[in-house]
Amino acid sequence: MRPFSYAAPATVEQAVSLLEAEGSEVLAGGTDLLSLLKDDVEQVERLVALRGIEDLSGIDASGGRLRIGSMTTLQELRDHADAMAAEPALGTAIDGVASAQLRAMGTVGGDLLQRPRCWYYRRGFGLLAQGENGRSMVTEGDNRYHAIFPEGDARFVSPSSLAPLLIALEAEATVHGPDGERRVPVEALYRTPRAEGERENTLGPGELLVEVTASVGAARSAVYEVRQRRSLDWPLMAAAVSLYGEGPLVDRARIVLGHAAPTPRLAAAAGDLLAGRELTPERIVEAAEAAVEGARPMSGNRYKIQLATVAVRRALLRAAGMEA
Amino acid sequence: MADTAEGTSVADYSWPEVDRRGQIGRRRTRLDGPVKSTGFARYPSDQNPPGLLAAKILTCPHAHARIVALDTSAAEAIPGVRVVHVIQGEGSEIQWAGDEVAAVAADTEDIARDALRAIQVEYEVLPHFVTEKHRDRAPAAQPGSERTDGDPDAAFASAHRTVEQTLGMPQMAHMCLEPHGQVASWDGDELEVHASTQAVSTLAGQFASELGIPATQVRIRTEYMGGGFGSKFSPDRWGIVGAELAREAGAPVKLFLDRDQEVSVAGSRPSAFARVRVAADEQGKLVAWDSDSWGSGGLPGTGQTPLPYVFSRLPNRRLRHTSVPTNLAGSRAWRAPNHPQACFLTMASLDDLANELDLDPIEFLDRNLEFTGRADVYREELGIAAGMAGWKERWQPRKRSRDSALQRGLGVSIHTWGGRGHASNCDVTVHPDGAVEARLGSQDIGTGTRTIVAQVLAETFGLELPQVRVSLGDNRFPQSGPSGGSSTVGGVCASTRRAAQDALREVLTRVAPGLEADPEQLTAAGGRVFVEGEPSRSMSWTEAASRIGGAPVSAQGRNPGPGRLISSGVGGVQIAEVEVDMDTGVVHVERMIAVQDCGLIVNRRLAESQVYGGLIMGVGYALFEEWIPDPVTGRLLNADMEFYKLAGLLDVGSLEVHMMTGPGYDERGVIGLGEPPVISPGAAISNAVANAIGVRVPYLPLTPDRVLDALAGRGGIA
Repeated sequence: MRPFSYAAPATVEQAVSLLEAEGSEVLAGGTDLLSLLKDDVEQVERLVALRGIEDLSGIDASGGRLRIGSMTTLQELRDHADAMAAEPALGTAIDGVASAQLRAMGTVGGDLLQRPRCWYYRRGFGLLAQGENGRSMVTEGDNRYHAIFPEGDARFVSPSSLAPLLIALEAEATVHGPDGERRVPVEALYRTPRAEGERENTLGPGELLVEVTASVGAARSAVYEVRQRRSLDWPLMAAAVSLYGEGPLVDRARIVLGHAAPTPRLAAAAGDLLAGRELTPERIVEAAEAAVEGARPMSGNRYKIQLATVAVRRALLRAAGMEA
Repeated sequence: MADTAEGTSVADYSWPEVDRRGQIGRRRTRLDGPVKSTGFARYPSDQNPPGLLAAKILTCPHAHARIVALDTSAAEAIPGVRVVHVIQGEGSEIQWAGDEVAAVAADTEDIARDALRAIQVEYEVLPHFVTEKHRDRAPAAQPGSERTDGDPDAAFASAHRTVEQTLGMPQMAHMCLEPHGQVASWDGDELEVHASTQAVSTLAGQFASELGIPATQVRIRTEYMGGGFGSKFSPDRWGIVGAELAREAGAPVKLFLDRDQEVSVAGSRPSAFARVRVAADEQGKLVAWDSDSWGSGGLPGTGQTPLPYVFSRLPNRRLRHTSVPTNLAGSRAWRAPNHPQACFLTMASLDDLANELDLDPIEFLDRNLEFTGRADVYREELGIAAGMAGWKERWQPRKRSRDSALQRGLGVSIHTWGGRGHASNCDVTVHPDGAVEARLGSQDIGTGTRTIVAQVLAETFGLELPQVRVSLGDNRFPQSGPSGGSSTVGGVCASTRRAAQDALREVLTRVAPGLEADPEQLTAAGGRVFVEGEPSRSMSWTEAASRIGGAPVSAQGRNPGPGRLISSGVGGVQIAEVEVDMDTGVVHVERMIAVQDCGLIVNRRLAESQVYGGLIMGVGYALFEEWIPDPVTGRLLNADMEFYKLAGLLDVGSLEVHMMTGPGYDERGVIGLGEPPVISPGAAISNAVANAIGVRVPYLPLTPDRVLDALAGRGGIA
């Protein structure tokens, strides 16, 4: 491994100042970054370990708001009875990480900001994986696990387990940086890199994710992941939905796909189909079809379109309590 | 041997009758279970002698390339680097990604890795071919000669029903949990290697000839090892390089492959594809087989699999095969070489033919057992398996409608294997204190060899397992064969039994006068030596041993040898029950039923454990496991444990095993069991999926995309 320095700040302010230097990276649970460094896929000058910053961990589920510190582990969140009662779909999302070790070490912030699993990226060809001939290695190679909604030259998929649900819940992320604190919708944490070397998130130099907050109780939400194995495995496709409104009428619906695009994909048109209407099996099917409108599959991932419609349909049925 | 007086005779080398067995056939816990499960067992990769250096290998990232320039000077300048060794220098042509280019021994693993990164290699990248599924695009396909038996054309012409389709399964990895490698130490000109190997006795000579030293100066040690499955029979290049690095550095060197190397170059199973045509008459009897097969085992290509599998007496058949070399590392023997492939190609075709005939597939198999070598065994096993599965009540013809998203199906397959015991020598020693030891240059590759040898010893001397000792995993012990082809259990049980019977006879001869009896009248059982039929005329085993004199008694046993202790040739039946999500294509194995014979079972628990292991591995290759070579780079895209998917505990369903025992089986003697149970799962699970969803998914593993393609009428091969 290439040499790097290691810093363990005690406060968010110290962390921010350490992270401002070029080549600094946040070390959260360490379940992935250390492998990336060992494999020389990523290089760092300094790791800034956040584990010693007490303010970053913890859950508050009172007053109709859920606040989750970014260094809270997935297992701590799973074990938090009030949080699980406030938003049971969070439990489903966490259970999808079918590894006690990853749940114990992995953090909420780490899940949201984990690097993509694209096998070209992981073999050192970069997030955009442009071949020497200038063409995409992904489109010319094996893309069975890649995006059905590529954006620009980006064809990897966003792997976060929690982001689709948090976006469906209209959660906000609190980001601390050199200029103080800013709050953004969780979806604004993500962007599609336009050039090799750009990141897939919007955090600037010195910025770190402090917490996420969401209103709870306003929506019926659900997550559905299609995974081949029941043992630890990445979802082939994931959908999260939140249905806002009381009774049979849906005021509005938020439908978000994971593992479909370089960023968590808000299927706005699909949600709009359900807004102001009563949820019926037919409308659920329509919304599921609408969620994949505009999909542009590659040579080996057409099946993921079908998986996306199934994931959306089943998530909607689950959220509506209409599951078979 | 019903006559008890004859039962004391040990000159005839036989197994005791069922009512006289103290150990054979019992459920015994693996003797090394506790040290393995607590982490105290020291595997080759756990050996850390003083002064140990770490070695790592630089591999070529290109599937086909020529080394234009290679400069190791920067690596040699790194503090802590002891030796840099060029394996393939300038001008070398590399034929697969992951092939070894250079190696470094350094004070730490991190330094060794840094040094690898500092080695400058300039490659001229050459064209590669890695996707043998597309036989027509292969630059170096080698069509073999056509072989015809009988008159297949006439038989097809007059057949009642014929099915024809292309089936296939890709290359996959052995994925040993302990990667290939070794710790090599020199003491002057003497080399000691702690190797993760399946071949303790034969490795020394291979190391010696490569290193230019006499084989007598090479010691191989393998007390435990973390899996081989057919891929660990030779020192390999990394073994020789490791020993050379250690010699040059003057220090012990540990060299184990990284996971990506393990997956890419240290073992794969050849792929198999075939256009298969098979036909039956109105009575549901097979009449003809025609297959045009191809496949690859990497650069060497691969040969014809045994088709039609099991039903090898089918008179009318035509076989063609094309070997397709690719720019991938050469394949290795994978548990039951060629059999899982042949089994899938055959049993899937027969299952589809049964469906065409509107026949229950078990009934169809039964009607054609005359074409197999052991109809009676299969018939009995099919009946037992069907009973366990509730087949009669629960099997239904292939579904053609989707009444719900989750559909269940049942599938069946049968298989065969040889399993004759290999050449083995064993020394058995009885010490004057009563301690008994067997020493043999065999190895326990996780199958339970240590335990079953102990059982044979304890059985012969009438002792319990804690009273005997088994020493293996060292080439200084009498040479015993490599553990491959399910040959170990027969070989070591036979050599141990012969040695033990001879040693016991010598002990009994010496103690007979003290009991005023002839040696032939004496029996050793229950920790005592006594006159057969007169238990009062007896002494304890310890007392008996104390009378053998000051020196131990020892005897050497061999296999092959006299007496009917072993045999070969087994049949097995498996039934799979699956649940398929028709919307997502996700297949889950609910249940696997395995009915298996292996002659005389030495240890029921370990035998079942072998079958469980075969089933788990079988679910893996049926549903998940495959090499995914990248058409662009020629590298494997899943040389890891993330996208090279192994079956986890939640994925294997309920495993139910029935071992055939008793008359008709026991008297055949000991037969190997490592391979047979891994042969059928691919076929049985594929057949169960076809039964559940109404169509054949023609390709293994049965991934969601392939299932959905089959349901949509897409997705043929090539």
